[in-house]
Amino acid sequence: MTVRKERPNRTLLSPWTLEKRSGRIGYWLVFGVVFLLFTAAFVTPLVWMLLGAMKSPAELAQMPPTILPESPDVGAYREAWDFMELAGYFRNTVVVAAGAWLVQLAVCVPAAYALSKLRPVLGKWVLGLMLATLMLPASALLVPTYLTITDVPLLDVNLINSPAAIWLPAAANAFNIYLLKRFFDQIPTELLDAARIDGAGNVTTLVRIVLPLSRPILAVVSIFAVVAAWKDFIWPLLVLQDPGIQTLSVALQRYEEFTPINLMIAGLVLASIPMVVAFLIFQRQILAGLTAGGIKG
Amino acid sequence: MSTTVLAPPRDTGGPPAPADRVGRLRRKVLDNLTAYGFLCAALVVFALFSWYPIVRGVLLSFQQVNFITDPEWVGWQNFQTLFADPLFGIAWRNTLLFTGLALVIGFAIPFAVAVVLNELRHAKPYFRIVVYLPVMLPPVVVAILWKWFYDPGPGLFNSALRLFGLPELSWLDDTGTSMISLVIVATWASMGSATLIYLAALATIPGELYEAAELDGANVWQRLRHVTIPQTRFVLLVMMLMQIVATMQVFTEPYIMTGGGPEDSTVTLLLLLYRYAFVYNDFGTASALSLLLFVVLGAFSALYLRLTRTRS
Repeated sequence: MTVRKERPNRTLLSPWTLEKRSGRIGYWLVFGVVFLLFTAAFVTPLVWMLLGAMKSPAELAQMPPTILPESPDVGAYREAWDFMELAGYFRNTVVVAAGAWLVQLAVCVPAAYALSKLRPVLGKWVLGLMLATLMLPASALLVPTYLTITDVPLLDVNLINSPAAIWLPAAANAFNIYLLKRFFDQIPTELLDAARIDGAGNVTTLVRIVLPLSRPILAVVSIFAVVAAWKDFIWPLLVLQDPGIQTLSVALQRYEEFTPINLMIAGLVLASIPMVVAFLIFQRQILAGLTAGGIKG
Repeated sequence: MSTTVLAPPRDTGGPPAPADRVGRLRRKVLDNLTAYGFLCAALVVFALFSWYPIVRGVLLSFQQVNFITDPEWVGWQNFQTLFADPLFGIAWRNTLLFTGLALVIGFAIPFAVAVVLNELRHAKPYFRIVVYLPVMLPPVVVAILWKWFYDPGPGLFNSALRLFGLPELSWLDDTGTSMISLVIVATWASMGSATLIYLAALATIPGELYEAAELDGANVWQRLRHVTIPQTRFVLLVMMLMQIVATMQVFTEPYIMTGGGPEDSTVTLLLLLYRYAFVYNDFGTASALSLLLFVVLGAFSALYLRLTRTRS
């Protein structure tokens, strides 16, 4: 499924062409150009950001800009942390992302299990109605969902300025249910029947047998959930209006107007670190999840 | 109907078959109750935050709401307000321009990059990680960062242009370049996923096809045209549909980087929707705009779903 097969599969160019002298020179030339372009396009901006945070506002305004900071000052990171009260926004973002993750799993896993293994009356209809929501562009639901959040029917509560305003709509995620159900479908029914004969109820079967077998897909769903919650902007902007509970993205955007440029850049660096570190650690799972999406069967 | 769903009864009966119909019926009811017990949380969140808003969105398009009195039915008036707004046409034009440019730049580049990367035999992990890093950055961070790069004075880009003796650009401050500047940011930030998806697709092309083509005397370009592209056509099509749907909903970049300016040159449909709903508090007209957006994008999404589901 992933690209891990390092067996030299024949590609556009034949290995034979590449072994020729001219082929070797051409290869290294192209390699060099691609390497330089990639570094310039994707590494330079990030390095520029890291260095920028260590320059003073006056140095940042200089017209041929300095490349390395004249007197590197890591203090801007500390100062930005205090000035923008980042500790609180980090905490809020973690609460939002962790909650969105937990609620999505708690809602979608049992639902997918029921649709895949218990197959109740009208189950196909339920699944169809859920999948139909995938056809809606998220932005088409912005206004009605916002109005629903301000006055949730039946419960009669206003969820504006509550993290639940993000958790609950995030749980109505048909893509999760689709991915999970498709994975559960492949777990042999005999396995579940064996458990049932041993006297296991549905909850035990789900927790003891299905979930341990489903680790790969749970990882994919979890990564999607956390990354989406961490990156989201427009929805938290609408429903988290009280600065005290805003997420990093919303807060950074609000601070941008009146924050000294060097502190702003330091704030951007700090806000990027968790996701970049997570990516470097969970690289394999994240990249595998990418192809698990809708593309491959 | 209901029995057919349950037809392949995996209830192996247990030890002594109950045999009597009442017992089996009771069993069936109990099974269904359990299943709906597992489903109930999902049914509630879908009902409240997905199905109900869909219906409500359609109704709102034909209503005027003020939260004090009951909503009032106004017929097509919201749509008329929209059509009379000169920004409506401008927003469509800008959004289509963004989507078009994003297709030209953001669709072709990742594929070309993937084809080249697929030929390289060294430093592959480096390329993969580096191209995907921007995808992990929060879009707000990317937007603020690039706003600083685009600064016509000491910004990174004009500094680089000056370094090479090239003419400077006004980037976000000029109506002629503002939109393409946004497209460049958006492409930079998101091309990682497309590139890696294409790389995965390229890895599945059987090597024999290239060998056979080469034996038939096809040169590199012909092999690219007659082997690589046809073999990845499905993924390309799906990604294109996904990209159209995503780019037509662009919001974060114009909201943060330009606020719709200069001279409305970057007012996108979503920015207009945001203004109607959350600046003018005109939820009816905002819903009418959502409905129009849904009709256009729903067609693309439906096609996308159809393709991916029939394929798997």
